[in-house]
Amino acid sequence: MIIGSILLGTLARLWMLKIDYRQYPGYPHGYAVHLTLGMIAAGLGAMVLPALLEKDYVAITFLALAAQQFSNIRGVEREFLNHLEETELVPRGTAYIEGIAKVFETRNYLALLVALISTIGFKLFEWYGGIIFGVLTALILQNAMREKVVKDIADVKVVDLEFKGDEGENIAIGDVIIMNVGVKESLEYWQKNGIGIVLDPKDDNARATLANTGQRQAILHDVATQLGVRLDVGVQDYTPLARLNLDTGRVVIIIIPIEPDEKWIKKAVEKTPVLEGSKRRPLASEAGHAAAD
Amino acid sequence: MEVSLTNNILAIVTLESNKDKVEGGGAPVFYVEDEEELEYVAMLISRLTLSMAHNLGNGVYILVKH
Repeated sequence: MIIGSILLGTLARLWMLKIDYRQYPGYPHGYAVHLTLGMIAAGLGAMVLPALLEKDYVAITFLALAAQQFSNIRGVEREFLNHLEETELVPRGTAYIEGIAKVFETRNYLALLVALISTIGFKLFEWYGGIIFGVLTALILQNAMREKVVKDIADVKVVDLEFKGDEGENIAIGDVIIMNVGVKESLEYWQKNGIGIVLDPKDDNARATLANTGQRQAILHDVATQLGVRLDVGVQDYTPLARLNLDTGRVVIIIIPIEPDEKWIKKAVEKTPVLEGSKRRPLASEAGHAAAD
Repeated sequence: MEVSLTNNILAIVTLESNKDKVEGGGAPVFYVEDEEELEYVAMLISRLTLSMAHNLGNGVYILVKH
């Protein structure tokens, strides 16, 4: 029973690693670390029911220890990504890193819960009960933990850049001037290869969320990782930027992707997760709701 | 540890004829002969100091690290 539950919990952890390719840097050592910790989590979860049945209530306290351990994981993951940040051409931003670290911590608790519930299944029915309980729990939890993506809160459009000013030195989208580029060569490059993206928030909640700089940086990072970005150290002129239209709350983004494929740029933006730390819900408050019209 | 001066004007590049538009201050001023040199000097300083060249629209370029 215990071994079966541990196995199920670990498998659940593995599955959660797999379905989230983007937040995962994809290094084999990382897999090893998270699988092992997932197994430990599952082991602890599997122990709970037998301990209770033995009336060994003190043993439950080891769960507190587990919680302690898993919050360490968040620290480890955060530290790792923060160190990498300096080497990223387009940084993830602290908000994205916090989000990823938190997800990693949470998934260990999920592995623990899967193991715990499948022991109950094993106890109530035979081995098949355990498996059914375990798989169901994993599915339900995974669904409950599903994050929103940018597509849910905003309409994404790919647009052309405009160049304003005497020599066209100001790169703009609509009324928003985003960047002033002095060097002509860079300017021509922007004219030829630059792509603009407009995010139109669907409501006031979305507007407040997109205004968060962490959320915008996350979008830039995701687009840059998936479509590539023409950028190097010392070439600041091609830095992608995301700015806000203060009148409408639209977010405008400029970037020079390596693959200028509009359809997939749109997709990459849409699939960016809405960060937990950036999420704002002014409409849920009385003042915010009344003030919005 | 790397220390850098951000959001400050690191250098100013402009044409000799624009001398009255710029006064020396915190940042060095580079006077250049023509547009071509202006472009080149601005680009070079930008690359070397990891800063960004901005065109103020009146023939004066400033270099700012962001």
